[in-house]
Amino acid sequence: MAITREDVLHVARLARLEIPEGEVDRMRDELGAILEAVGKVAELDLSDVEPTSHPLAVVNEWREDQPRPSLSPEDALANAPDPVEGAFRVPAVGS
Amino acid sequence: MPEWEPVIGLEIHVQLKTRTKMFCGCENVSGESENTRTCPVCLAHPGTLPVPNKQAIEWTVKLGVALGCEIASRALFHRKNYFYPDLPKGYQISQYDIPLCAGGKFVVPGPDGDRKIGIVRAHLEEDAAKTIHVGGSGGRIAGAEYSLVDFNRGGTPLVEIVSEPDVHSADEARRFLQLLRQTVVELGISDAEMEKGSLRCDANVSVREAGETDFRTKTELKNMNSFKFVADGIEAEIRRQVEIYEAGGEVVQETLHFDPGSGTIAPLRSKEEAHDYRYFPEPDLVPVEPSVEMIAAAMDDIGELPAARIRRLETEVGFDLAEGLVSSGRDRLYERVSGDRRAVANVVMNQLAATGVDPEAVNGTELAKLIAERERIPRAAFTEALERSGDPGFSADDYLGETAISDASELDPVIDKVLAENQAQVETFRAGKEGVLGFLVGQVMKETGGKADARVVNERLREKISS
Repeated sequence: MAITREDVLHVARLARLEIPEGEVDRMRDELGAILEAVGKVAELDLSDVEPTSHPLAVVNEWREDQPRPSLSPEDALANAPDPVEGAFRVPAVGS
Repeated sequence: MPEWEPVIGLEIHVQLKTRTKMFCGCENVSGESENTRTCPVCLAHPGTLPVPNKQAIEWTVKLGVALGCEIASRALFHRKNYFYPDLPKGYQISQYDIPLCAGGKFVVPGPDGDRKIGIVRAHLEEDAAKTIHVGGSGGRIAGAEYSLVDFNRGGTPLVEIVSEPDVHSADEARRFLQLLRQTVVELGISDAEMEKGSLRCDANVSVREAGETDFRTKTELKNMNSFKFVADGIEAEIRRQVEIYEAGGEVVQETLHFDPGSGTIAPLRSKEEAHDYRYFPEPDLVPVEPSVEMIAAAMDDIGELPAARIRRLETEVGFDLAEGLVSSGRDRLYERVSGDRRAVANVVMNQLAATGVDPEAVNGTELAKLIAERERIPRAAFTEALERSGDPGFSADDYLGETAISDASELDPVIDKVLAENQAQVETFRAGKEGVLGFLVGQVMKETGGKADARVVNERLREKISS
């Protein structure tokens, strides 16, 4: 499957990644190569095979509804660059 | 003018009241100080892994059974990718093509028979964090200077229920939502309080001419936080779309915000790009396969559902009272109180509801006694008794000793005094504003310590003012 420059820029935008103009073509080629490799699977007849979303034969891994201690607000905010009043401050969204 | 048929589908989010969050052991509580219920998992620190809350899965299965859904034999969690500060991982763990519950029917009794609302799906996901927009006007996104993020809600379990576009009026939408809420509350899986945001509702609305089979363009009405606003919002949107078509225009697909204050609808700021969530199976979680035992346990745990109870009570008290009793959960008290069914239903739905007394705390036998004698005792005594009816050890006999004063010779002096002291209100009444009579009756009641017979007072007041 061919990937275009526009695809690269679109996905980068969705992930809020800034890709220098000079890197776009390289990213396109690398992503294209990955997709091509994965695309090899499509050459096989898999009409009888369930999609394999998970390779492990394990299901129902869960936990009981029992509380565990949380972090202190100080610890929770320790890596926040700009905390205020016990909260993470972020640039105004949508503006 | 053509006849227009509204086509409405609801998307309902229900916060589960598990003790802990969906994928970590942080407590699931609201109203605590900011960022006091977080951990490396729900803050998305590198290297952490989610572990699902079994209770949340069991409750979703239970809800699915109650909604008549098919329970997936193998369900998957997916990542829904989008970039927003309330989502620390950069994706929300949700469900996509194989939700836990799908293909249900929810019966909504109406005055003209049952309506069956199709349930497309009910899936389990994690809630986003709470974002507070600071600066700008009134906490709205537009014009904010910065935003504060509180992750206490981030990662708490949320069920999303999506209905088929089977709803055909604003009133039906309200009724559907109220009954669904009551069902969820009775299942014991959520507080489902719209005012607190533990029940949230979006509506997809379109209209078409009666007889059309295709759907026209729909709009999405976001986050209406009361039953009334849901009905009002949908009503306003239906009107807006009909006006557009009748003026020869076209409805544009967009997301809208209903302002209950002004009753108007305005577009939300449109995102720069169309939603492109790039769903893919969550590699950090293995599939969920609800067992036959889990589904059977859910079935055993579900009692008579609200819709069935409305139909049963309707034969006793008529549809409106039956629906009111069941949708408010007051039917449990109603069932515990013997006596004339309509009288009991009326008192439980109206006078008792007005007192704010918790119906579950009321002794049914004592309330029955009180209702049987209510015509004979002063209204004030009845009201006072209702106000106390939730107290431990409440006895109706304490209030049944009194009889209302209906003797005109006893009431007249009081009535004369009240009229003399409230000339202004008397004039208002004479000017045609009869509503003021209630105030005057109240004054007489006050003077007599609530012992006057309200019907007689009413009559005497009218006579005296008119003479």
